[in-house]
Amino acid sequence: MGSMTIGAKYKTTIKDPGTPGILRMNDDRFTFTPNDPRSAMKFNVDFRTIKGHKFNKVEGNKAALLNLSKEDKAGGYIFEFDNVGNRDLCRDFVARVLGKHQGTVPPRPTVAPENSVASAALEQLSVAEVERRVKLLREDSELQKLHKKFVLGNILQESEFWATRKNLLDDEANKRSKQRAGFKNSLVDIKPTTDGRTNKVTFQITPEMIHQIFAEKPAVRRAYLDYVPKKMVETRFWEKYCRAEYLFRTKNTAAATAEAAGDEELAIFLKNDDILAKEAKLKIKRVDPTLDMEADTGDDYIHLPDHGIHRDGNKETIDADSELARRTLSQDLNRHAAVVLEGRSLDVESTDPKTLAEALARSKKEPPSTSIDDDANHERLVKVARMTEIEDLQAPRSLPYAPLCIKDPREYFDSQQANALRSLGGSNDGRKARTCSLSTEEAFHHLMDQMSSIKVNKLNCPIIQSDMALKVLNELNEGISRSRRLNLKNPQEGLLGQLPQHTRDELMDHWTAIQELLRHFWSSYPITSAVLYNKVQRVKEAMTQIYQKLQLIKESAQPDVRHEISRLVKPMTQALDAAFNHDLEQQQKSSKTGNRHNGF
Amino acid sequence: MTSAHSKLYSDDVSLVVVVVDTNPFFWAAAALPFADFFAHLIHFVNSILLLNHLNRVVVIAAGVSSCAYILDSSDASPSGGVGVSDTFDKASRKAEEFIAQDARATAANSSVASANAASLLSGALSLALCYIQRIFRSGTRHPQPRILCLQGSPDGPEQYVAVMNSIFSAQRSMVPIDSCIVGTQDSAFLQQASYITGGVYLKPQELNGLFQYLAAVFATDLHSRAFLRLPKTLGVDFRASCFCHKKTIDMGYVCSVCLSIFCKNQKKCSTCGSEFSRVMPDLNSMPDQSK
Repeated sequence: MGSMTIGAKYKTTIKDPGTPGILRMNDDRFTFTPNDPRSAMKFNVDFRTIKGHKFNKVEGNKAALLNLSKEDKAGGYIFEFDNVGNRDLCRDFVARVLGKHQGTVPPRPTVAPENSVASAALEQLSVAEVERRVKLLREDSELQKLHKKFVLGNILQESEFWATRKNLLDDEANKRSKQRAGFKNSLVDIKPTTDGRTNKVTFQITPEMIHQIFAEKPAVRRAYLDYVPKKMVETRFWEKYCRAEYLFRTKNTAAATAEAAGDEELAIFLKNDDILAKEAKLKIKRVDPTLDMEADTGDDYIHLPDHGIHRDGNKETIDADSELARRTLSQDLNRHAAVVLEGRSLDVESTDPKTLAEALARSKKEPPSTSIDDDANHERLVKVARMTEIEDLQAPRSLPYAPLCIKDPREYFDSQQANALRSLGGSNDGRKARTCSLSTEEAFHHLMDQMSSIKVNKLNCPIIQSDMALKVLNELNEGISRSRRLNLKNPQEGLLGQLPQHTRDELMDHWTAIQELLRHFWSSYPITSAVLYNKVQRVKEAMTQIYQKLQLIKESAQPDVRHEISRLVKPMTQALDAAFNHDLEQQQKSSKTGNRHNGF
Repeated sequence: MTSAHSKLYSDDVSLVVVVVDTNPFFWAAAALPFADFFAHLIHFVNSILLLNHLNRVVVIAAGVSSCAYILDSSDASPSGGVGVSDTFDKASRKAEEFIAQDARATAANSSVASANAASLLSGALSLALCYIQRIFRSGTRHPQPRILCLQGSPDGPEQYVAVMNSIFSAQRSMVPIDSCIVGTQDSAFLQQASYITGGVYLKPQELNGLFQYLAAVFATDLHSRAFLRLPKTLGVDFRASCFCHKKTIDMGYVCSVCLSIFCKNQKKCSTCGSEFSRVMPDLNSMPDQSK
């Protein structure tokens, strides 16, 4: 299996800062040598004394820990690793070694070997998983009752309990939305605020806004990548950007032109976005050539007074001769809409503007303009397909159930036919001897005789004697009134309605408990491991207790409901008896073959 | 198929399809001679026809190897009224033909020739449902259909699937299946049929008064039933037959995919082909450390 050497810190407790050193592991033992030769934290341990290992879930900047627990007493060896990768390597190694050792050394019956496994399983649960379980328990009081009874009562383990309810958990998991939040639907609008006393104008930019600006204005993104931090610091860059926004907002074209002339960085923000312009040109190329937008211009009302688009209260006028930005609201809106629809294609969660800008720039690499139309078309289709799929509305992809498939119905019916014939043919002799001695011919002959006697005798009138009719009517009446009486006596219908409330609740509780236990009992067969053996023992113990309680209920019942209770209890005890019998059979079988423990 | 809901019913006009058990092995040993039974039946059919001149009655005979229509009241010649003797002549002639034909078919098919052969209830139910469907599709107003099974011989577990399918299609087209047991054993099939379709299940004690039972319980149309207190069954035998050996079982194995029922553990489901032999990964020993 080889060996492994890795740098790690040894900690006596989780709180301990730890002693840095080297951890060496081979098939049999592991040694720790501290970097500081004076340190006393030096040891050489046989893997056979290690009972199990645990590890933590690493989130944020929590340290990656591995805990090798000792067999004899509580506690163990805790190592901290530089990163999760190292820890996982180590963990896998330990798991293999321990697996090998535990495979050869049979678990001692006094030590419940699954404890280490179970605790490891507990460790592995993610927070989300635990939350889901807690939520399910909270919502279903019956489930909670069972959980309390069996898991807290140490009859079932947490993992066993939930293993049978995987589908519940999965359903819960599927309910959670996988949708990624896109960009905000509103335009990025960096509104200046003034304090009113001084001439200072304040802009506030959040990381979210930066992301959106980068996505919507590729030129700003490029400028950012070019200038920050080589030419200017980040705050300076955003100051300039805001200045440009301010100038644009005040519509002071003269001032803008003047300032742009003096400051080339500022000019970039005021100029038209050339990347966008290029994109727009490409897009126009793809527009259906039969579409004539010029012809439609007269259809709107923009040229009429009181019509048109107002931004911040003013009517937008297009200043044709300015070479500076002529961004209109409709352009802004269109661009924004395009970005929002495109969605957040990046998985960058970072808030650092630099990485964000780079990532966006990478993703926005235009396909070569020489790409043939087919390609573009295909791409558009793909995009459409991707956009129209709304994940929340899709069925979960991986259904946990096998689909029903009836291969060939004919095959089934043929086999049924054959079966039917076989069963008839097989049991012919036995049945015939048992029932009547008539052969087929005789039987039919008899029937034909009857028919001919009908023909000869015609119909006998009256068909029915009056006393017979009375008898029948009486019988019917009696039956109907009897069932009516029964129904009146217990309006809730059924046996349960006749029982006192607490007995009813008690019985229902026992019934759900029995169902849960039986499910675990039967799912444990065939017993293939010590874990299962222990589980069956525990479950059997609990079933015996319930059995006794049922007997007690039956015996302590009031005489008037005793019959009803015993009728209700009967199926429960029958189900339990079946389980006990099965267990007994299995035990006899295994004792016949002798070696029970090695038989697993 | 147009749904039965959208159909216009005439509220008090009935279409009664009577399924008659003509199992020779049963009638050879029955307490009530077949001749008497037949007389009761004919009187009952006539009473229904007399209740409303638009009522229709169809009688289907269920033999051991075939089924056939032996009476259809709509075939009556327009001039001839619904005289008892008229119905009787027609029905007895057809019944005789049918029995002779069934005897030939049974003789030819040696596998059925068993003293314990069950009547073909499934086939008769299918015929009845087909007839009812035909009525459903003809014309806009049609009588309210119901099926009455007069069974004597014990259930044939080998017909379980077919019978259950008929029951469910009757339920779907809202056709109640009434059952009157003229034999000694309760019929689990018919108990379930009546229970599922909302019909009446009755096992008369006094078979000599059969006509009285039929007239009192089964003659009223569906509309009037709402106002009557009819006998209720106290318990229904819900046991199923296994698909493998056609035995009626209390406990069994159910295919987790298609819900087929088996009396023994199977490696593979014979209905849908799902494999059961695969040992499921044991959930309890699952938490492997490398996760």
